Amino acid sequence: MALDPTTVRRIATLARIRVEDNEIATLQGELNGILGWIEQLNEVDVEGIAPLTGAAAMAMAMRDDVVTDGGYPEQILANAPDRNGAFYAVPKVVE
Amino acid sequence: MMLTDLTIAQAQAGLRAKTFSAEELALAHLHAIETLNPRLNAYITVNHARAMDQARAADAALAAGQGRALTGIPLAIKDLFCTEGVRTTAGSKMLEPFVPPYESTVTAQLLRDGAVFLGKANLDEFAMGSSNMTSAFGPVENPWKRLQNADAVLVPGGSSGGSAAAVAARIAMGATGTDTGGSIRQPASFCGIAGIKPTYGRCSRWGVVAFASSLDQPGPLARTVEDCAILLESMSGYDPKDSTSANLPVPDFQAACRRGVKGLRIGVPREYRIDGMPGEIEALWRQGMDWLRDAGAEIVDVSLPHTKYGLPTYYIVAPAECSSNLARYDGVRFGLRADGGDLRDLYERTRAAGFGAEVRRRILIGTYVLSAGYYDAYYLRAQKVRALLLKDFTDVFTQVDALLVPTAPSAAFAQGENMDDPIKMYLNDAFTIPASMAGVPGMSVPAGLDADGLPLGLQIIGKPFDEETVFAVAAEIERSAGIVALPSVRAGA
Repeated sequence: MALDPTTVRRIATLARIRVEDNEIATLQGELNGILGWIEQLNEVDVEGIAPLTGAAAMAMAMRDDVVTDGGYPEQILANAPDRNGAFYAVPKVVE
Repeated sequence: MMLTDLTIAQAQAGLRAKTFSAEELALAHLHAIETLNPRLNAYITVNHARAMDQARAADAALAAGQGRALTGIPLAIKDLFCTEGVRTTAGSKMLEPFVPPYESTVTAQLLRDGAVFLGKANLDEFAMGSSNMTSAFGPVENPWKRLQNADAVLVPGGSSGGSAAAVAARIAMGATGTDTGGSIRQPASFCGIAGIKPTYGRCSRWGVVAFASSLDQPGPLARTVEDCAILLESMSGYDPKDSTSANLPVPDFQAACRRGVKGLRIGVPREYRIDGMPGEIEALWRQGMDWLRDAGAEIVDVSLPHTKYGLPTYYIVAPAECSSNLARYDGVRFGLRADGGDLRDLYERTRAAGFGAEVRRRILIGTYVLSAGYYDAYYLRAQKVRALLLKDFTDVFTQVDALLVPTAPSAAFAQGENMDDPIKMYLNDAFTIPASMAGVPGMSVPAGLDADGLPLGLQIIGKPFDEETVFAVAAEIERSAGIVALPSVRAGA
């Protein structure tokens, strides 16, 4: 399944990474190289095999559904690139 | 002997006997860092003042008879571990301004046990790479040199390249690393030191910048197997803040180093004999089998039939998880922000400016394999092959106690080599990735030198949560190899 330039642009949009027009051809070549190499997995017979989501051989731990953390907005906002009071600030979203 | 040459075990004894102080030990390392780091670039951030404060506190604790396992031991911390009040970059422009308001569980445990943090070690950007060449803070120089052509600058491996180079050059006594597909073991092999990726779940991932959460696992790098055992004991243990943390007691890893291998069955998987592997690595592997046989182990020919599919499976699973994990870098809550006309433009420009080429490639691959219409063909299929890779190990561990394989298919290569094709770089991890996919422990131990005088490692792979056998076998190989060669760039040289 070779990627065409339109698909490369679509993936970049989904990933929210701006890609300039002059970068598309190089990216297309690199991504197709990697995807072509990955195709060898089609040789493997996976009929009836249950997918493995992770390496932790354990049941997920449960805890009480109570608030155990929070209440320190200054610490949370300390790394914000822009803020307005106790809020993160972003460019205007709604006109 | 210089203070920087001591092992952690020797330094513990010296500190307790008051042969030297923690302050002297920290200063010796900080001076060596001042001399060597401008060249090696092993540290992104050096915490001189903080390290000296910690060293003085260590001396006070020792004087009061309250020394703990690592009191006064100077370490490098991979710059992927969040350290409270100390900038944590993950080797990326994206996190260049990020100062965590909290301490990762692993580093908090090391501090609890009295360790001194010298600084934050360089790494491939977001731990994605096998050469440390993808760091936004510049490449790291491997302190080892080829006998011929000693001018060539070699890579330390990656992604924990700064950690490995710092320990090899004796500008840290030990270091933390993280291993997703080989990022502790491959740099340990390239830099002639020991490093263990414990079982997935042994060390908490809480506060470690996430790359691929089903694979990421912290672990130590040090100059001896025993030192790795000392560090891992402190780093390990149950953490309710990591839902995949194993609620199991932490064994006495240091004692396991003295167990010997008598009566152990050691498997040698035939699938690791790959085309194009240098003869020297094949020969070293055979030498390792002989050492273990001489020490009373039985060598058993075994098969892990899906080995060759480990790498392509990894390059679906890891990018998929990375594309999801790295979605958080949006220029709004922390890290870099690039200005944009609207919010979406801000996201796209921030992520274009903040991520390097390899990280961007992996996010795009991950986004594609998870996208509608391709999920089943790529991601779901990869998860099924991953189940088969795990089954390979589960089956083989009914026959043997541990496996012996090479760590990497080559010695350290030069900066600029393997850079033209991403897949060539990925092949470096062919021998480390299967254990990562299965979540089982793997350790690289220096076992010999190649004809260029560069270190080569052997890897011991163990059963889940049986790091003790891994340490026992690794210590035996270390004893048998008896390597005395030192890297040419090192403190005091």
